[in-house]
Amino acid sequence: MSTSFVLNGKPTTLDVDPKMPLLWAVREVAGLPGTKFGCGMALCGACTVHLDGKAIRSCVTPLSAVAGRAVTTIEGLDSRPAMAVQAAWVKLQVPQCGYCQSGQIMSATALLATNAAPTDADIDTAMGGNICRCATYPRIRAAIHAAADSIKGSP
Amino acid sequence: MSSKNLAARQPTRRDFLRSAAAAGAALTIGFDWSGSTRRAFAAPAAGATFTPNAFLRIGSDNSVTVIAKHVEMGQGAYTGIATVVAEELDADWTQVRVESAPADAKRYANLAFGTLQGTGGSSAMANSWVQLREAGAKARAMLLAAAAKEWKVPVTELSVEQGTVYHAGDKRRAAFGALVATAVALPVPDKVQLKDPKDFKLIGRHAPRVDAAAKSNGTAQFTIDVALPGMLVALLQRAPLFGATVRSFDATAAAAVPGVVKVVQVPAGVAVIAKSFWAAKQGRAALKIDWDDAHAEKRSSAALMDEYRRLAEQPALPARMTGDAAKALQGAVRKVSASYEFPYLAHAPMEPLDAVVKLSANSCEIWAGDQFQTVDQANAARTAGLDPQQVSIHTLYAGGSFGRRANPGSDYIVEAVSIAKAYGADGTPIKLQWTREDDIRGGLYRPMYFHKLEAGLDTKGELTGWRHVIVGQSIVAGTPFAAFIKDGIDATSVEGAATIAYAIPNIAVELSTTTTGVPVLWWRVVGSSHTVHAVECFIDEVAHAAGQDGFAFRRKLLEQHPRLKGVLELAADKAGWNTPLPPGKGRGIAVAEAFNTFVAQVAEVTVDKDGQVKVDRVVCAVDCGTPINPDIIAAQMEGGIGFGLGAVLYGAITLKDGRIEQENFNGYRVLRINEMPQVEVHIVPSSEPPTGVGEPGVAPLGPAVANAIFAASGKRHYVLPFSTNA
Repeated sequence: MSTSFVLNGKPTTLDVDPKMPLLWAVREVAGLPGTKFGCGMALCGACTVHLDGKAIRSCVTPLSAVAGRAVTTIEGLDSRPAMAVQAAWVKLQVPQCGYCQSGQIMSATALLATNAAPTDADIDTAMGGNICRCATYPRIRAAIHAAADSIKGSP
Repeated sequence: MSSKNLAARQPTRRDFLRSAAAAGAALTIGFDWSGSTRRAFAAPAAGATFTPNAFLRIGSDNSVTVIAKHVEMGQGAYTGIATVVAEELDADWTQVRVESAPADAKRYANLAFGTLQGTGGSSAMANSWVQLREAGAKARAMLLAAAAKEWKVPVTELSVEQGTVYHAGDKRRAAFGALVATAVALPVPDKVQLKDPKDFKLIGRHAPRVDAAAKSNGTAQFTIDVALPGMLVALLQRAPLFGATVRSFDATAAAAVPGVVKVVQVPAGVAVIAKSFWAAKQGRAALKIDWDDAHAEKRSSAALMDEYRRLAEQPALPARMTGDAAKALQGAVRKVSASYEFPYLAHAPMEPLDAVVKLSANSCEIWAGDQFQTVDQANAARTAGLDPQQVSIHTLYAGGSFGRRANPGSDYIVEAVSIAKAYGADGTPIKLQWTREDDIRGGLYRPMYFHKLEAGLDTKGELTGWRHVIVGQSIVAGTPFAAFIKDGIDATSVEGAATIAYAIPNIAVELSTTTTGVPVLWWRVVGSSHTVHAVECFIDEVAHAAGQDGFAFRRKLLEQHPRLKGVLELAADKAGWNTPLPPGKGRGIAVAEAFNTFVAQVAEVTVDKDGQVKVDRVVCAVDCGTPINPDIIAAQMEGGIGFGLGAVLYGAITLKDGRIEQENFNGYRVLRINEMPQVEVHIVPSSEPPTGVGEPGVAPLGPAVANAIFAASGKRHYVLPFSTNA
């Protein structure tokens, strides 16, 4: 059985078990390994992708649930907030081991898409589901503020 | 991934140089094992290559490739290593890239470990500091000699800046790449002058991390991302109790799951090998296994702790005896005592353990975020029935480790090799993937410990006697590292306690080593993860009993230890130790030495009327010798603080009748962004040799927070995590 959806802007059809979590479908079937497996229970956020622009946990989302919808992974990020977030991540040297950062960036980008000037409390709410065992949290917070400022400051 | 160049990896360094010289510029020396398409592991550019030593390759395209013998698991080793080489080479930072070294202890041993290649003990920079400086400086000298030869000018008229050699001001110039062809034929100098630290251009500055971009766009390659043609994925069903074994199993339902290729029994359990993770996971869930738990550990954590508590009252082995602590305690006018209970802790790195193995009749190729190459090579060889030389390891980025990926039994590597062997050792690449549940329940935890402390004060409030009894499992007992146990004392059980720096005339530190069926391992900052907590909480309690300020009390006892005293004073000063805080808030301090790095932290907490704790701010002072990269040092302190805070607030692995009660990040809670305090890091300027920063920042965090909670609320926590008795 096949599932058709839009993956990183491209119409895509994957002919696999529709119950397969989206995480494994994008990683092993579509060949996009930037999205990571961390817990398999929507507890850590490493697998965060965008479904129609909203951050979701792909490890608990069956492939069938995205039929006809638009999925964006770290490989497909090209929005203005995304560029600002990724630039801020490098500028503030956020990553340590780096494994959770795809998920962190997907959550941060989704936040900035709906909230151009998040407060610390907004960041806590939006990013509370993304675990970083290296505890890069202070830099994640600073980078989200920096990204918000850079979007605001540019024409 | 191609392995066609693997055969070229074997020669010794000397062979290497000889062949490089003989073959001349056209030779591409055999470091290019990767063949991966990912950028951090990109194959070197075609054309001439200058490989003056095992740590460096310079291409005619001006690329400077530094070969890292240490795994990059977040701690910044790649950037630190490259910084040191590039500094002495006078390379331009933008031309520098990093590649991981193959498993080859002859060339890539961790000098702190002797003859083993591996990463741990916060030793990456400390052990390789001189080695890497010399590697860079010798290459620089050879590039200068090449320019002198080509231009027929004395070498004294040449200088190097940012990857370019200049003659007498700027009469002539050549980029490194243009000198490669000549340099390869020149002899490697025996001795070379290293830079005066005042001339450092990269060391002590903010060289950006070499891995930041790839880790911000999803292209950094981890083991989980390895995809080889024909590769299969395996999940292993391990025993529900430590020590249980497979009596029999029924794989009928598992084998019927679409995508499942084979089900095999291995020493660690039953593995389902499939075409995808999803198929393997469903197949594993369908396994029916009858476990023999006759020899399994069936006790509960509470029962173990009861036993530990009893053992603390029994005679133990001396780990440190200074003066006569028993007599001093007897004669004390004021006695203080306390005990501290520490749970098992899982490392829980974000990337669950994984390894890819390609095993055939005469070779075993491994891809892993490998932290212990020589040990893993030996264990893989033994499992496969091969010689260690037949085992090659591609070390990839590790998605965290905190010690987990360096273990004497190489558990995850051995499992993967045994699965590939049971599959048929036919060259099919197999990726063993652990799930988070496997990780949380898979053992190799930071051991449980019970600490009992007693102190005696004289009439002037001076600390005259100190007795510290530690009860818990040894990390190295029963492993090849058991040779490090001296007179019954595993140093990793007592470091931070037996090495207590406070000027106390009578000290007794004793150890009672226990045995359980629960496998244990070093966890970030090893012994100091519990010893420093006990010492620094207790010294605070003693200071309070003596009616003295915790900072002033410690400071006086550290007169003979300028570096400890230095960080203590710096942290207190930057934190505004003596400035008042509103009610409900409190400040606590702690100081530690770990792996020759000195760290002090002041925590500021708020405790609300329900006893809920919020850590608002942590001020950290660190003295790690010459700061190679201040921003990475700060990052490691920030990370250590967050890692340590999650552990003391929530971290516990507990057993109920031998079964682990936690399964994932729901039961094994770790720190989240809303719980992360504001962190300030202050680095002590120093010209001492550099020491590590990956682990020491964890040590003082727990006690600083505990002492702050006491200052805020009057409550002392004796059982970890604090959430146990909130």
